[in-house]
Amino acid sequence: MSDQPLMRVSGLHKRFGDKTVVRDVSFTLARGEVKGIIGPSGAGKSTLIRCLNGLEPIEAGQVWLEDTELTARGADLDTLRSRIGFVFQDFNLFTHLTVRRNVTLALIKVKKLSRHDADHIAERELARVGMADKLEAYPAELSGGQQQRVSIARALAMEPELMLFDEPTSALDPQSVGSVLRVMRQLVAEGMTMIIVSHEMAFIEAVADDVLFMVDGAIVEEGSAQQIFHQPQQDATARFIDGIAAALIGDGGDEPASR
Amino acid sequence: MIYQTLWNNLPYLAEGAAMTVALAVALLVIGLAVGTALGLSQSYGAWPLRWGATLIERLFRAIPAVVLLFLFYYGISGFYDISSFAAAALALGLRSAAYQSQIFRGAIASVPSGQMAAARATGLTRRQAITAVVLPQALRQAIGPWTNEALSELKDTSLAYTIGVVELMRQADYIVSANYGHTLAVYGAAAVMYLLLSLAATWLLHRADAQLRVPGFAHS
Repeated sequence: MSDQPLMRVSGLHKRFGDKTVVRDVSFTLARGEVKGIIGPSGAGKSTLIRCLNGLEPIEAGQVWLEDTELTARGADLDTLRSRIGFVFQDFNLFTHLTVRRNVTLALIKVKKLSRHDADHIAERELARVGMADKLEAYPAELSGGQQQRVSIARALAMEPELMLFDEPTSALDPQSVGSVLRVMRQLVAEGMTMIIVSHEMAFIEAVADDVLFMVDGAIVEEGSAQQIFHQPQQDATARFIDGIAAALIGDGGDEPASR
Repeated sequence: MIYQTLWNNLPYLAEGAAMTVALAVALLVIGLAVGTALGLSQSYGAWPLRWGATLIERLFRAIPAVVLLFLFYYGISGFYDISSFAAAALALGLRSAAYQSQIFRGAIASVPSGQMAAARATGLTRRQAITAVVLPQALRQAIGPWTNEALSELKDTSLAYTIGVVELMRQADYIVSANYGHTLAVYGAAAVMYLLLSLAATWLLHRADAQLRVPGFAHS
């Protein structure tokens, strides 16, 4: 293990029209680290994570993957992206392909593996997420939780150096959430480097080494899960955490206290 | 006796129908190739390509079919010896391309943007994402509207009559002039043949649609 962070973000700015959605975001991510990003809806969490693999172009700042600047003009984004797994809120499985072909597509097109070798990897990765029995099914035949697990397998098959999760359980029914979180927990245990945007506070508290709390596109507080959830240094963080706790107990009624 | 006349002339009508089918297939193939290229240019091209494609599309949609036929036949035959069939296939094919480009453009736009994002996120290039993820889904969506366009073009092949392509309509016309009348019966027979061709084409394209359907995926 080297001292160099796997990912380095500095001074990131992102605008949609004249609305700034990510402002001056900087952080580092060590190899093997699990970083959680939390905050109220509309805080720019999803936009931020989409900037980290170049899915969203940015206005200012830099994103580095080890020694390579991802945000540099003329950066080989395709190659960089194949090193970064991405899991979407709404899965985005390729609807016209079977589960097996969803996983093998990039292996064949990007890694130039033979169909035989790609099939082998697909079967292994799908078994890892508990979807080995659905190889020939089409996405529309699967539940949301099953689709999300396939999309995780699709990302893992590329053997990424880190995984980005953009609210992976937000579009799921409560029964499916557990199955997806179980797979993610297993990845944490295997030492995968991950950045997770999520509203599953208990999960983030349990797995994250480091938590970013965002409001209005900016990082308000960064610290250990222990700090953010139990000894927040900022009032805004405290209000947000209290609001969620209150909403969970039913204390605060339907309205979360923070807004 | 009218039925005898029709019966005797059936081989000519069949010959005309065969020519109609040949012309329809030729113009649809041209339309498919050029229409896909135009639709892709309009959806993904840099602005000069997008503008060029849109210009061609507007042009061929704005000019009446008969004018196009005359332009391509009499216009081109002034400096190149073009057959009436080739002129008709080109004129109607390019016009169909303009209409088909809008079908493909709409179908491409109907593929959710998340599909492209997911393809790019796994490291596929833009071109790979288009050909392996967006186009297969878009073309499947396009089969319904494309069927309409194909049927419409099948009927419009009768316009090629005006530049002398001996298709179904012109054969019917020959039969009428050779028999001093029976106008209603002969044109009626031609109409029935167009109907049969349309039904056959519809059946074929619906079969293709069913074959290519993705399990569990609701078609809109």
